Amino acid sequence: MSDKTHLSEDEQHLEDLTNADYKYGFVTDIESDSLPPGLDEEVIAAISAKKNEPPFMLEFRLRAFRKWQQMEEPDWAKLKIDPVDYQAISYFSAPKKKDGPKSLDEVDPELLETFEKLGIPLGERERLAGVAVDAVFDSVSVATTFKEKLTELGIIFCPISEAVQNHPELVRKYLGSVVPTGDNFFSALNSAVFSDGSFVYIPKGVRCPMELSTYFRINAQNTGQFERTLIIADEGAQVSYLEGCTAPMRDENQLHAAVVELVALDEAKIKYSTVQNWYPGDKNGKGGIYNFVTKRGLCAGRASRISWTQVETGSAITWKYPGCILKGDDSVGEFYSVALTNNFQQADTGTKMVHIGKNTSSTVISKGISAGQGQNTYRGLVEIHRGAEGARNFSQCDSMLMGDRCGAHTFPYIDVRNPKAKVEHEATTSKISEDQIFFCQQRGIDLEEAVSMIVNGFCKEVMSELPMEFAVEAQKLLGVSLEGSVG
Amino acid sequence: MIKISDLHASIEGREIIRGIDLEVRPGEVHAIMGPNGSGKSTLANVLAGREAYEVTQGSVEFLGKDLLELEPEVRAREGLFLAFQYPVEIPGVSNTYFLRVALNEIRRHQGLDELDALDFLELVRTKVRELHMREDLLERQLNTGFSGGEKKKNEILHMAVLEPKLAILDETDSGLDIDALRIVADGVNALRAENRSFIVVTHYQRLLEYIVPDRVHVLSEGRIVRSGGSDLALELEEKGYGWVQEEQA
Ligand SMILES: Nc1ncnc2c1ncn2[C@@H]1O[C@H](COP(=O)(O)OP(=O)(O)OP(=O)(O)O)[C@@H](O)[C@H]1O
Ligand SMILES: [Mg+2]
Repeated sequence: MSDKTHLSEDEQHLEDLTNADYKYGFVTDIESDSLPPGLDEEVIAAISAKKNEPPFMLEFRLRAFRKWQQMEEPDWAKLKIDPVDYQAISYFSAPKKKDGPKSLDEVDPELLETFEKLGIPLGERERLAGVAVDAVFDSVSVATTFKEKLTELGIIFCPISEAVQNHPELVRKYLGSVVPTGDNFFSALNSAVFSDGSFVYIPKGVRCPMELSTYFRINAQNTGQFERTLIIADEGAQVSYLEGCTAPMRDENQLHAAVVELVALDEAKIKYSTVQNWYPGDKNGKGGIYNFVTKRGLCAGRASRISWTQVETGSAITWKYPGCILKGDDSVGEFYSVALTNNFQQADTGTKMVHIGKNTSSTVISKGISAGQGQNTYRGLVEIHRGAEGARNFSQCDSMLMGDRCGAHTFPYIDVRNPKAKVEHEATTSKISEDQIFFCQQRGIDLEEAVSMIVNGFCKEVMSELPMEFAVEAQKLLGVSLEGSVG
Repeated sequence: MIKISDLHASIEGREIIRGIDLEVRPGEVHAIMGPNGSGKSTLANVLAGREAYEVTQGSVEFLGKDLLELEPEVRAREGLFLAFQYPVEIPGVSNTYFLRVALNEIRRHQGLDELDALDFLELVRTKVRELHMREDLLERQLNTGFSGGEKKKNEILHMAVLEPKLAILDETDSGLDIDALRIVADGVNALRAENRSFIVVTHYQRLLEYIVPDRVHVLSEGRIVRSGGSDLALELEEKGYGWVQEEQA
């Protein structure tokens, strides 16, 4: 056997490994209460009415819709996208059950089973991990736990639809304050039609004692998913929020256009972690989720800190740039990302760090892994305004290639208006080497585990940023169990 | 332990190993010497199962099994260890974690219980102490940023933890300072046992002063051109490889 054929066999094996069938492909059969496909002002009014919203919300939605109508889909990303027919999408779908359940016992057993299959045993989590779960099934939240304990501390953690009802003053003040309705095509669409999502408010000086977590799941066929999340940390408050998702197998592409807004006031800290595992499409690139997400954090206050960590392994297309606007002096923004693309997956992801305040600093660590014919693009913007004295940024973008049919691309945009700012950018590209794999094998470790180990090692700096509960799932997603690792 | 018969191996159509016969019995230490490019590392890699090398002829029996039939990781689990001439770096993977995974793979294969993180840590710390190595070797990422000498010492640590039945050391002594050489030699000697064998590839007779071999073989152009007792190494040091090659011609 020649060296060449050996390598290609090895690559074949790598592909087989990374091609393991998507585990979460199943559809829960629950009757849905849905609007017919299509979008106009009437549909928006119907959504708002179904949710019994106050007038300011309808105005917000209509304003966004009118902007959206004037906008076009962005085409600057390095993505090949089949056109989306926005009129073929149904913009509202809710499980039929009336009145939200007050405890898990009231939750539809089939729904609970779905969560089980996804590896999210709510009851378990409730007991074990101290994680409050606000589970979004399709568009309406079905189970919220730990609410009481949080309420004692004055923490609000609820579906955003509920916050609209119960805390309209907070929603009105902050919704759209970080991502304006007309920010981009997808955020405008989301603002017009968003169905539900999470709302978090941490009052002054309160440290949220547990990780707040939401699992998303697209279910009803042909239903776009438009989550809306708003997190506000008041002065000196701290919170860590986890977002994770898996989606059932689908043939046609499904649109997902979420918006997440974070607001950190003086000395507040928000840590937002995501594991994204939407259905990526099959081996031939058929199906899969279109994931167009707008995530942005505003470090509004002095010495505030916002940290984004993401592990992106799913979706046919990922378009996502969680960013930080560092407005408060001494504020800190962080972005830690692992993006894995395989088969025909495409990811165009990165961050925007906008330095406005003095002595603001940002750190960007991005790890891209491409396998199969996957295309992985890092796109990052570091913008330093004139008044941002003493601003600093450090960016590091590493790419790993498996096989030679995939691609990795890096587009750092740097715009510095303050002459004293310090901006550093480092980038590397590597291949998983045959020597590394053989070394592992020689120590008794098989190919599959060797690859997982090497890939997880490559992502270590990012994985170590994830909260414990999540790190495990994320490592599994990358095909490895580093659980209990020493040292 | 291992019986190599008429082994031929080639890479990219070029024959590098051209008929090797060698038997190593349990408890024996054999040294392999020979000029650069004579095929020493190739032989080691072929035994360890690197697929890039194609075995074109011959057979290898390892503890009663047909070694060449086994996958590289199975050879390792059966007790074959290769200390690499150039150990690779695996960034982000802790040395300790890696070793624990490796040891547990081997133990599972041999029908033993796996060690949990704590028990393993105790074991590996004991080994580090016994070998007079520094503990920070354990916390660091596998070989990443290690000096050449540290990488070689780390191979000895791996060997000591994995306790193979046959260890092949490929120039583990090259690039070591005097103290490190001692550490490596002591590590090997501590493991010497009735049911464990070593094949030590080296260019220097100095190592063989510490690790006294039962047999010394000289490899040249893919063949063993001369074998002898430990004196042969001394003779080689004095006269150079030209001497055996000429004699053979
Ligand atoms: N992967 C490879 N591709 C091409 N040629 C190779 C490869 N590996 C070994 N060779 C060739 O095989 C021959 C033997 O190499 P080998 O590394 O086994 O020598 P060695 O005896 O270990 O030498 P040294 O003392 O320098 O370590 C050399 O000519 C080398 O160039
Ligand atoms: Mg060699």
